[in-house]
Amino acid sequence: MSDLLAARSQMAMSLAFHIIFAVVGIGLPVLMVIAERRWQKTGDGLYLELAKRWSKGAAILFAVGAVSGTVLSFELVLLWPEFMKLAGGIIGMPFSLEGFAFFTEAIFLGIYLYGWDRISPRAHIWSGVAVAVSGTASGIFVVTANAWMNTPAGFEIAGGRVTSVDPVAAMLNPAAFQQTLHMTLAAFAATGFAVAGIHAFLLLFDPLNAFHRRALSIALLLGAPAAVLQPISGDISARAVAKQQPVKLAAMEAHFETMAGAPLTVGGWPDVEAGTLRYAIRIPYGLSLLAFHDPTAVVKGLKDFPRRDWPNVPVVHIAFQVMVALGTYLALISLWAGWMALRGGDLATNRRLLQAIVLGAPMGFVAIEAGWTVTEVGRQPWIIQGVLRTADAVTPMPGLIVPFLLFTLLYCFLGVIVVWLLYRQIIRSPSSTEWSRFYSPRTVPRV
Amino acid sequence: MSEVGLPYVMAALLALSLNAYVLFAGADFGGGVWDLLASGPRRGRQREVIALALGPIWEANHVWLIFAIVLTFTCFPPVAARLGTVLHIPLTLMLIGIVLRGSAFIFRTYDSQRDATQRRWGRIFASASVITPILLGVSIGAVASGRVGQDPHGGFVAQYVAPWLTAFAFSVGLLALALFAFLAAVFLTLETNDRDLCEDFRRRALGSGIAVFLASALVLLLSRHQAPLVMAGLMASPWALPLHLATGISAIAGLAALWFRRFRLARIAAGLQVSLIFWGWALAQYPLLVPPGFTIEGSAALPSTLRALLIAIPLGGIVLVPSLWYLFHVFKSVPADAGARQS
Repeated sequence: MSDLLAARSQMAMSLAFHIIFAVVGIGLPVLMVIAERRWQKTGDGLYLELAKRWSKGAAILFAVGAVSGTVLSFELVLLWPEFMKLAGGIIGMPFSLEGFAFFTEAIFLGIYLYGWDRISPRAHIWSGVAVAVSGTASGIFVVTANAWMNTPAGFEIAGGRVTSVDPVAAMLNPAAFQQTLHMTLAAFAATGFAVAGIHAFLLLFDPLNAFHRRALSIALLLGAPAAVLQPISGDISARAVAKQQPVKLAAMEAHFETMAGAPLTVGGWPDVEAGTLRYAIRIPYGLSLLAFHDPTAVVKGLKDFPRRDWPNVPVVHIAFQVMVALGTYLALISLWAGWMALRGGDLATNRRLLQAIVLGAPMGFVAIEAGWTVTEVGRQPWIIQGVLRTADAVTPMPGLIVPFLLFTLLYCFLGVIVVWLLYRQIIRSPSSTEWSRFYSPRTVPRV
Repeated sequence: MSEVGLPYVMAALLALSLNAYVLFAGADFGGGVWDLLASGPRRGRQREVIALALGPIWEANHVWLIFAIVLTFTCFPPVAARLGTVLHIPLTLMLIGIVLRGSAFIFRTYDSQRDATQRRWGRIFASASVITPILLGVSIGAVASGRVGQDPHGGFVAQYVAPWLTAFAFSVGLLALALFAFLAAVFLTLETNDRDLCEDFRRRALGSGIAVFLASALVLLLSRHQAPLVMAGLMASPWALPLHLATGISAIAGLAALWFRRFRLARIAAGLQVSLIFWGWALAQYPLLVPPGFTIEGSAALPSTLRALLIAIPLGGIVLVPSLWYLFHVFKSVPADAGARQS
């Protein structure tokens, strides 16, 4: 393994690990605040139990997210010193704002977790709101910095040196809006469906359990609208990528030949040597229509770009297919659940729907990992699109496979522990002495 | 603000956030040290108070480090690149320590309450709390020694190991550990209503206060040959004498306050003493960020970047400062073991 590949692998692994915790840190506080609010309004103790359990989950996941996020902020300079030398002064703004948002999140999470008996109920729920808002803001700022790597703006370079910087223009770079929108919705959808899936699974065996019914309703309230809106945000993103990063779009679609009225490809295996996509379903005019909202628009193919500027086409193409497929699935079951709820149906006793939701539980997270694979691998070989190549940004230190392996082992270990703790703390039903009060007559809970 | 002064303002803010990290997160690490060294009949309750005191605040305290690294790579990009390259190994090990410390702490809080499980997480939490400050100190010591800022040459060891694997750097690591343990013990005296427990922490504070003195002496001794620049700054500058006087006074005041059980006074004196030692290092290097090659002005980002940050930081501060005050008001105005536990 070359040092460059080791550095890229370490960065990818760190991001893939951290993103799960970051996403839950955005979504879970919303759930716990809704539950606490319902408890305050109805006096129903099950909502309080839910709020407490979700806040325990938030505590565990936020802590791991905080330390793995620290690792990432250091890895920027440990692995990519040349990148930060060039870009630090340009994209420091969103990182600094992220620092403030993250700080606020950590402060109010501490107050929320340990403050149940120390502050007024009103102050407590507002602390939860502060966690949710600052968590979302923190995600938005970080994604803004990533968007700059895709569509660098707000600076001039002469002779390898930055000669002028407009930090605000850099932050409000062309990709910032659609990337942050897409990621925020993804965080809500993924968390909502992961939680909904867990409780849907338990409801399959125990449909009258009022605890899980309430949990399911709140989780779907967060996840379903986000999942329905996500395809619209995806369309905005795709059209932007078509304009801003045509190579990335071509790789996503494994679109080799430039043509007017390009078809949309579904699935298939890109044969890079032969320059064609095998075994794919082609929808005529689909790509031109999606990318430019014009069935006859010309879509540039990979062959129009120098080979050394191509990303890894199979990886990008397949990751994109996975993301779209899973996102579509979640949007469809959201519509199904929404339609059922509007008609006054009882979601918690509809086994088909519950099974579909259980199946969807990991999909939001898998879609997020796939989506980040699309945007990051799709930008290669550049670390800053068109400005700096990844190979020129890596640290000169040799032996990078060692830290890569170290962090991989560490994160595998942490991952196992976290799953085990979540199972013990949140997912497992309350202990038997409390058990009886979690059943309620079938007519009461309208989920 | 004149354009010329901007880099210095940013360097001061960077030093302030590191100072805050040393004070607040330092005390959290020190708590881990006392967890490891818990002894006597009240061993279990010492650990309990430490966990209760850290619980609500350690994550917020930890963010000061993220501020410091972000300010470094935003305002002084070449410095960040050099630190990340030459100090790759100690910083990576420090990160692993930070990850293990934080996750073991939270796992201990939420895992089964059986003794064996608790001890296992407790041991990881406590050992990581000892190793991480040493590595932080080693990194700072390596910078102060002037070997990080020299132009790199030679093989792997010469470039990536030798700059920080020095007696001086490790003496700074020891000093950091002693300072953090001292801070934690002093702060912990105020975290319990239990007389005996308070006495336990008082004895630890006095003992680690002496350790701070010994470690400082060792650092000074070694700096003569291994960090001449810092030594010269600490000895010859016009501000040196007043600074040493102030540090000495706060050190003696801290120990005296501990002796007479004036714990609130001791807390202030200890905070002051640690901050003054930190600023002694910062001022001794001035105007260099990473000696000998990187000055504050020479490695600063463009003025437009610094100006934008100078607007953004107060705006963020409007949210941050009242929030921080509220956090400490809610949890630090009464002892950690008073009143209800976390439910």
